[in-house]
Amino acid sequence: MYEWDFSPVLAEGGFLLVGFRNTLILTATALSGGLVVGLLLAFARLSHRRWLNVPAGVVIEVFRTTPPLVQLFWFYFGLPIVLSVEMTPFLAASLTFMIQSGAFFAEIFRAGIVSIERGQWEAARAIGMTYNQCMGRVILPQAVKRMFPSMMERSIELMKTTTLVATVSYADLLFQANELAQKTFRPLEVFTVVALIYFVSISFISFVASRMERRFARSGEFTP
Amino acid sequence: MNAPVLRLSGFGKHFGSLRVFSDIDLDVMPGDRIAILGASGSGKSTLLRCINVLETPSEGSLELDGDVVGQPSRSGDMRFSERELCALRQRVGMVFQQFNLFPHMTVAGNVAEGLKTVRGVPAQKAQERAVTELQRVGLADKADTFPSRLSGGQKQRVAIARALAMDPEILLFDEPTSALDPALVGEVLGVIEQLATEGRTMLLVTHEIGFAYHFATRILFLAEGGIYESGTPDDVLKNPKRPLTQQFLAEHRRFQF
Ligand SMILES: Nc1ncnc2c1ncn2[C@@H]1O[C@H](COP(=O)(O)OP(=O)(O)OP(=O)(O)O)[C@@H](O)[C@H]1O
Ligand SMILES: [Mg+2]
Repeated sequence: MYEWDFSPVLAEGGFLLVGFRNTLILTATALSGGLVVGLLLAFARLSHRRWLNVPAGVVIEVFRTTPPLVQLFWFYFGLPIVLSVEMTPFLAASLTFMIQSGAFFAEIFRAGIVSIERGQWEAARAIGMTYNQCMGRVILPQAVKRMFPSMMERSIELMKTTTLVATVSYADLLFQANELAQKTFRPLEVFTVVALIYFVSISFISFVASRMERRFARSGEFTP
Repeated sequence: MNAPVLRLSGFGKHFGSLRVFSDIDLDVMPGDRIAILGASGSGKSTLLRCINVLETPSEGSLELDGDVVGQPSRSGDMRFSERELCALRQRVGMVFQQFNLFPHMTVAGNVAEGLKTVRGVPAQKAQERAVTELQRVGLADKADTFPSRLSGGQKQRVAIARALAMDPEILLFDEPTSALDPALVGEVLGVIEQLATEGRTMLLVTHEIGFAYHFATRILFLAEGGIYESGTPDDVLKNPKRPLTQQFLAEHRRFQF
């Protein structure tokens, strides 16, 4: 019978906390960057100009169809050779996850935007709005509500995917946990605690998200 | 003699090889109320939508108050700059069959939106103007509700208020009552009638021939890719001269008593 002993892990709790903080920083950076990249890619994809929509389509497809770990290695080990720049683990990871989640967000945005009825565009155009005004005032506000659930799901996916950065020695939660497990010889306890941290924080995010969703639904516009 | 508000000459639209109408000449004078009739597919909606360029006209010219809007282009449809389009559409309001209210804005928000976003009117002022327009269509008490709470007739009245808020010189109506419960048609036609007494210039596509007769100063009957017959309501509706008009009216009268 295995004897559980969390005390060595808890004694080094600060060690995991540093990792957790780094995970949050990376996730927040990749998420905010990813939303911007996603929006730009979606607009480019929807454009009638071929020199915009074709490259955007290629970027989206490449990042959606290659494994995230390959992308990370490419940015960390490959890009410095091409550009002869110094690459830190954080920079490589931020870039990778920004573009990668951006590719997924772009598809979510695009689907949300095209799901808005033609009549909404026409009504907005008919009172003299420009394309950008239509998009900003009429189409996006409605599209964002529709795509909110899939955006939350993708953001949670992103937070979990960031664990891959442990492989390029960025001190995220998983990396710190690994170190601690070797130091304390208590991998079972360490990884149980790590799983718990992810479980609690992601459940919390999901909870907040579903509350927000319900608030959207209550603001009147979805009741038939 | 007044100058026309809107002048179409040699106006035409085709979708690829499908020619919807061609060579339409039309002068719309201030205060004109033109009812556009025709069989389904005769191009009534397309004509209205080409006038405010929701559909790009293929050929001819479009003049508003004597100013030419858009350029002919050798390849395909006419060309319009974004600036021209925005200016044109502020002067030519449109009311749709399906209302197309913005569901994420309140009723007053819908009416104020064009003033705020397009004209840059401060929010407070735009809101006040919105309430004034809503009073005109009898819905001031609904200002703060969302469109989803309204009946079809109320929605269409809000859509009319939204168009009116931009002070258009011409209003286009594309079958404004076709999506409505018969019981709600009256309230919308009532608002349009009231606009008529104010002397507004309007073009109305409708299947309500009785209303067209009382409302219009002029009737256009579309068929065979153009204006097939036109004239006063008495001329066209009571004494149609040409066979397709006669046939169309006979069919529409079949169940009247
Ligand atoms: N965007 C489009 N692309 C291709 N064809 C179109 C398009 N819009 C309309 N048409 C065609 O143009 C013709 C005229 O259509 P339109 O909608 O103007 O008719 P309508 O007189 O308004 O008919 P209804 O009484 O049914 O509303 C039809 O044959 C229609 O199929
Ligand atoms: Mg039609």
